Amino acid sequence: MRIWIEQQRALIDFTLASLARRKAKNLGLLAVYTLLVFVLASVTLFSHALRHEATRVLADSPELILQRMVAGRHDLIPPGYLDKIGKIRGVQKMEGRLWGYYYDPVIKANYTFMAPTAGDVERGTIVIGSGLERIRGLTQETGISFRAYSGKLYSFIVADILPHDSELISADLVLMHADDFRDFFGFPAGHYTDITLSVANPQEVRNVAAKLAAALPDSRPILREEVLRTYASIFDWREGIVLAILSGAILAFAILAWDKAAGLSAEEKREIGILKAIGWETGDVIRMKLWEGVLISLTAFLLGYLAAYLHVFYAGGILFEPVLKGWSVLYPRFQLTPEIDGLAVVTLGFFTVIPYTAAVLVPIWRAATTDPDAAMRS
Amino acid sequence: MIELADVRKVFNQGQHNEFRALDGINLSIEANRVTAICGPSGSGKTTLLTLIGCLARPTSGRARFKGEDISGLPERFLTQLRRRSFGFVFQQFNLIRGLSAEENVMLPAAPCGRPQHEVRAKAAMLLDQLQLAHRRDAKVEWLSGGEQQRVAIARALINDPEVLIADEPTANLDTTLAREFLAILDGFASAGRTVILSSHDPLVIQSAAVHRVINMRDGRIVAA
Repeated sequence: MRIWIEQQRALIDFTLASLARRKAKNLGLLAVYTLLVFVLASVTLFSHALRHEATRVLADSPELILQRMVAGRHDLIPPGYLDKIGKIRGVQKMEGRLWGYYYDPVIKANYTFMAPTAGDVERGTIVIGSGLERIRGLTQETGISFRAYSGKLYSFIVADILPHDSELISADLVLMHADDFRDFFGFPAGHYTDITLSVANPQEVRNVAAKLAAALPDSRPILREEVLRTYASIFDWREGIVLAILSGAILAFAILAWDKAAGLSAEEKREIGILKAIGWETGDVIRMKLWEGVLISLTAFLLGYLAAYLHVFYAGGILFEPVLKGWSVLYPRFQLTPEIDGLAVVTLGFFTVIPYTAAVLVPIWRAATTDPDAAMRS
Repeated sequence: MIELADVRKVFNQGQHNEFRALDGINLSIEANRVTAICGPSGSGKTTLLTLIGCLARPTSGRARFKGEDISGLPERFLTQLRRRSFGFVFQQFNLIRGLSAEENVMLPAAPCGRPQHEVRAKAAMLLDQLQLAHRRDAKVEWLSGGEQQRVAIARALINDPEVLIADEPTANLDTTLAREFLAILDGFASAGRTVILSSHDPLVIQSAAVHRVINMRDGRIVAA
């Protein structure tokens, strides 16, 4: 084992000394390679962290949401629906929710108005999200007026501002008393926007949804896992768009790397002949080249991945933020929680380290099997 | 130490450009002596050295090293034997450009698995013996012809071989440097090494450092 370690040490020493001879060329290659890994890793880390964030945020969301549909469009839940649901076995808890969208022509953005079921917002006051606080310059005790769709002006006092760490989902949120909500939107008494349900046994969620669909045929049950899947699809789609745009750059690098790795110069061939003549076996030459491929690609992978980690989790993924996060007037400001997907790391590592190393080995195989006496005749 | 019996080497056998480089060589080379193989260009000197040094196998005939038949050894064993027992000084020195003198000297030891510090110390000692200690970190392309040859000699000796093989070692040296080289060879023989070299340089052939001269022509030994 010790002999093997010493052999590898000597081969690595030679490989490093050999690479240092073409410093500019190899550093250039390393830089481009690192940049490529950085971009790919940034996209995957960013998307994965967003997916993770969405999953974390939605973990506390209701298991089932029931919406009523009229002509394929979302409509209000009329009175009596809550009573009908109460008769379905497996439903542990249900609540009618009041929420809706309000377009603010001042900043040309949509707010989400909502009446919390706990009812801890007093009449005439509102609690707002951080995005609204920022964009309208609101603070506690400030007054603000909204013109309802009926044309009537309503004034509210800002009672509180929602915590910043919930900004991903609360940037555009305005919480108000249920009666204020009904007055503002002209919501008829006993009507709700939708109904949330908790199911005692998580395994029974699908069965309960099926029963709901049967009992209330004009309604649509939405499962939490469906919402999560939709979020995942959105982020996958965005990730795909970025990767598609980058595919040209990836291909260009692949050609560059292949050309560098696969082409063996006359000088390199001569050197292999010398090494064989002075006692290196074919296997030693291949091992040396293998180290060259591994050292370049692994260094690029580690540097690129580290840079991507810092970029995504400490610099807010500034380069890909607009395309991966989406765009909005009320843009949420949030810090992603560092989150690494082991499988994604292994996949990226595999597709960056292995092809280059293999490309390095292909031509060397033939060159390394040349007769050692060639050196004597050069 | 080295025996060749009816050795032939044919290149491109069976093709229109078939070339018979060695034809029926019978030769015995003694240990601890300096043997020179001389002859005109194309006489088969270099081919003979490649067979003796395990760089190639004969087309037919037997080659023995210390009594062991090496003519049929697979490449792997031939390489191990070459690494352990032979050191080479090539006509063009064949140093690797861009590497320092010390790095070049250490190269043949890389596959051996000897501790790096030990190899480095040995390289330093050899460069010191060959009066090149002050040039150990210099890139080989910055060295003079004589210095490059001494680096090549140090490289040939790093694995402590029993036999040193030198192909036309003085071809690129002036008279002074050629004499210096012969003095070094003399020292090797005294130290118990076997030296085999090819040359058509009269300075080498007539040198007192050379104990035996083998004359070749057209792939055959004409006088030994």
